[in-house]
Amino acid sequence: MSKYNLDYLDELEAEAIHILREVAGQFEKPALLFSGGKDSITLVRLAEKAFRPGKFPFPLVHIDTGHNFEETITYRDEMIERIGEKLIVGSVQESIDQGKVVEQKGKNASRNSLQTVTLLDTIALHGFDACIGGARRDEEKARAKERIFSVRDEFGQWDPKRQRPELWNIYNGKIHKGENVRVFPISNWTELDVWNYIKREQIALPSIYFAHNRDVITRNGQLMAASPFLNMDAEDVIEHKKVRFRTVGDMSCTAAVESDAYLLDDIISEISASKISERGARMDDKVSEAAMEDRKKGGYF
Amino acid sequence: MNILKFFTAGSVDDGKSTLIGRLLYDTDSILADQLEALQQSNRKNDDGSIDLAILTDGLRAEREQGITIDVAYKYFQTEKRKFIIADTPGHIQYTRNMVTGASTAKLAIILIDSRNGVVEQTIRHSYLVSLLGIEHVVVCLNKMDMVGYSETVYNTIVDQYKKLAADLGLREVTFIPVSALKGDNVVNESENMTWYQGNSLLHFLETVDVEVGPSYNLARMPVQWVVRPQTDELHDYRGYAGRVLSGAFNVNDKVTVLPSGSSSVIARIEIFDQQPQVAYAGQSVTLHLKDNIDISRGDVLVNSDHLPQSSQLIEADLCWMDAKPLDESITYLLQHNSKVTKCKIREIVYKVDINTLEKQDAHDFKLNDIGRVILKTADQLAFDFYTENKANGAAILIDSRTNLTIAALMFRAVAD
Repeated sequence: MSKYNLDYLDELEAEAIHILREVAGQFEKPALLFSGGKDSITLVRLAEKAFRPGKFPFPLVHIDTGHNFEETITYRDEMIERIGEKLIVGSVQESIDQGKVVEQKGKNASRNSLQTVTLLDTIALHGFDACIGGARRDEEKARAKERIFSVRDEFGQWDPKRQRPELWNIYNGKIHKGENVRVFPISNWTELDVWNYIKREQIALPSIYFAHNRDVITRNGQLMAASPFLNMDAEDVIEHKKVRFRTVGDMSCTAAVESDAYLLDDIISEISASKISERGARMDDKVSEAAMEDRKKGGYF
Repeated sequence: MNILKFFTAGSVDDGKSTLIGRLLYDTDSILADQLEALQQSNRKNDDGSIDLAILTDGLRAEREQGITIDVAYKYFQTEKRKFIIADTPGHIQYTRNMVTGASTAKLAIILIDSRNGVVEQTIRHSYLVSLLGIEHVVVCLNKMDMVGYSETVYNTIVDQYKKLAADLGLREVTFIPVSALKGDNVVNESENMTWYQGNSLLHFLETVDVEVGPSYNLARMPVQWVVRPQTDELHDYRGYAGRVLSGAFNVNDKVTVLPSGSSSVIARIEIFDQQPQVAYAGQSVTLHLKDNIDISRGDVLVNSDHLPQSSQLIEADLCWMDAKPLDESITYLLQHNSKVTKCKIREIVYKVDINTLEKQDAHDFKLNDIGRVILKTADQLAFDFYTENKANGAAILIDSRTNLTIAALMFRAVAD
């Protein structure tokens, strides 16, 4: 036989499956963090490929801000039904009710940053030692520096200056009690890779990823879905536009883009031609140049 | 389309960040919002043009100090190929980060400042490239604009480097004169160096043949996980899940399980809902065997006709990566793919002065030191020599007191 080389999607897929199986083999109580976004939906597909016909060796965990797009929750519940795996929900509303976090005030209030506390509490409550997430290195410059196995201390903090060397494809998941590891199997995928994979695998997605009509307001140059979760005042003008969402997070921090993309192929050509990065539609990253680095140090994904 | 992972060795002073920035910029890989941030930055080149080096700064401390501390990964693609760049720091105190970035790369770009030629740092970077067995080396002679695009300067440095490459046993070396600042020969071919007959850096990256020609026989797969659904209809299902490290497995191949030595025949190969006849290097698969034998995580399945080395005493090159020096009285953990076993360093054979390449007698190993050791493991390891099969020839050391990864190991010989 002559030379053999994997196609890029096969290679990325094989790498991600290898990482998921290392998590299963190395940890006592792992969990897969599921947001309802395309990246975590991709992770679920990869987990099926890694462990079927067996069960997943971990539950899915959703940190629910209470400010979700309804379509995401519908999708989540249908998916759980289909795959027959366990779902654990950590509620930001409960953290607020318990007085552990305080709801932000003002026009740009969002529950995005409050998630960190609920996430850390959920990890502690269930004793998770590894949390699998769908973050990618092409999203943001702090993420570009993070390891695939990223050790967090007892407080969930990332220390960029004390990262373990990560050599070849050998992953060191050894930790002390109380620490946990965040694991990113699709670190090396780009946004376009995820979309091409979703297309190849014919993975269903929440409908908000595709073009639809919606009431929006313009805030800081971004289109935000008009909803009870957005603090609006007399200056805000509601417009009816054809939009879609490029990332799916909390309703109060995820901006829409005007789009005619009804099909996966439309989305793929839209992204290929796009001149704006994916996280350009995330208000949470606009705070400062080191916004993501700072949030990660605090325990965020 | 396939993926090429490469890393860049050089420092900011050599124009490394500018070179990466130039590659991204001239391939239209920089998006409008990133470009806007770039244009608004206070950092500009002397002539007022945007400083492309900013694109690769990640952490706050790096921006403050204007240096690269840790590996950053960058992604771009052209019509021909997808690229992953491991942007690694060049300073000697970050040698371990360079080794980290280089360990998964198939190609190395070594940057030389054409005003200075081959310097101590070039020797150090080239040594690491040879140590890690990187298949392809591109030497970029940068800042050609500052030496008047001189062919004589180019030839002098090429001759200097060829001598070094011969000393280090580097085989595939390509030289390209570039100016990252002005864009000559990075993506677009230069009009300032008509004497240069070769291609631009990007053209080379797009066309270099990186298809692995694995020795087909060196079939190795560490078992990561045993799939056992234990349901009524799949009561006897027992699949060994792992990623094929090297070579290929065919249905009906005779395989041996190491370290136990028991053997069986491959009954079926599964990749999710597919059942291919062959499992190739790089694929994550589930193997089924004809016989019910004891196999668990950490065991390795290999082609029975081509067994790997098997030993507890191994001679290896070691790169020390921890602030705490090597202690020969401590029992460390050695992780070889999915296998973890206890390990002690028996003997330090020598240390290499990585600036002069001299081998020295040594009694200690400190952060960033590189040299040869003899190690002893608690269990037999099923390994190949790094030069023959990188994928099964490397391991890491873990300090069980701190759980940190403290060393990179490349197996070179079986010790007596």
